[in-house]
Amino acid sequence: MQEKTFTITSETGIHARPATQLVNKAGQFASDVNLEYNGKSVNLKSIMGVMSLGVGQGAEVTIKVDGSDEEEAMQAIEEVVKEGLGE
Amino acid sequence: MPKVTAQDLIDRFSLQVISGEEGSARVISTSDISRPGMEMAGFFTYYPAKRLQLLGRTELSFFETLSLPERRDRMEKLCTYDTPGIIISRGLEAPPELIDASEKVGVPIMRSDITTTRLSSQLTNFLEAQLAKSTAIHGVLVDIYGIGVLLTGASGVGKSETALDLVRRGHRLVADDSVDIRQEHGNTLVGRAPELIQHLLEIRGLGIIDVMTLFGAGAVRPFKRVALNIDLELWDEGKSYDRLGIDEDTIQVIDTMIPKYTIPVRPGRNLAVIVEVAAMNFRLKRMGINAAQEFSDRLTDVIDESDKEDY
Repeated sequence: MQEKTFTITSETGIHARPATQLVNKAGQFASDVNLEYNGKSVNLKSIMGVMSLGVGQGAEVTIKVDGSDEEEAMQAIEEVVKEGLGE
Repeated sequence: MPKVTAQDLIDRFSLQVISGEEGSARVISTSDISRPGMEMAGFFTYYPAKRLQLLGRTELSFFETLSLPERRDRMEKLCTYDTPGIIISRGLEAPPELIDASEKVGVPIMRSDITTTRLSSQLTNFLEAQLAKSTAIHGVLVDIYGIGVLLTGASGVGKSETALDLVRRGHRLVADDSVDIRQEHGNTLVGRAPELIQHLLEIRGLGIIDVMTLFGAGAVRPFKRVALNIDLELWDEGKSYDRLGIDEDTIQVIDTMIPKYTIPVRPGRNLAVIVEVAAMNFRLKRMGINAAQEFSDRLTDVIDESDKEDY
């Protein structure tokens, strides 16, 4: 299992569009991808799940990837996050 | 783990804080409430210090019959570092010994005008609801003929599309994609939508739609007891699916087991109808009519019958 914690730096937090990008990226992989925020864990392949968290600027989120292609998945998701969403 | 503090009770029940205000951040970790009657009489061996303590007329009028040193001793033992708070009901006066003891260790003493039994049940209900274990599940919750059906399955298998079809057939949507489930009153699972995505459904190609404005207020529900799980999965040729329906599969949500049906998905299969029938059949089974079992019994009878004829 791969696990990484990011801080969201984007002013709008994980808003609808960035959430879509994340979800689309996660959906390309076979591994289970979960996003944890504030003690709640949601499936990163589910757009409504991610948006239901209402993650704002400055929030710390943990992404967990588990499965056969976890390394590639984590790398790809990390790239999406670093493209202006967080670090 | 959810948390409730004495401050939450003060806000919720408009309690009056008499003393020990600095302790209002104390955490209440159990929904059990203690009425320390035996403790007033001096028996502290099994004193449940971690519970909220409720003092009513019985406890306080007995307390008044005690001598001064006894009173001081009982109240000091009552106010421990673990005690999350002490509530006095019926708007009764707090004994000065209690106020002194509470100030020493910072136990909040609160007062309510409600009668003891009623207050006790209100507090228990509130604490049970707040302290209930909860989890978020990736799935769709729909109320079908009064049965809360949790549709699960991999992303893109068609959960939301099935839910849309069900809503069109007059059933009610509770939550799409992410369901908050709480275990209340022992083993009742209650599911609801996270507030931000209430009444919304995401359909690939359409985007986000509002089910309540599209189909009316009758098409949604704020919460529903989860009774059945239907797991949708892509049809796997190598896997054998349930053909009889005699054995019941279950799934564990928090600490509660609920029945689970696995339904294979193939293009052209009308999932909404199958899910609808699964819910109806589940209802029928709970009313004591089990088609699969009855068929199996009939088959047994016929086989026994033909055995006899051979002799």
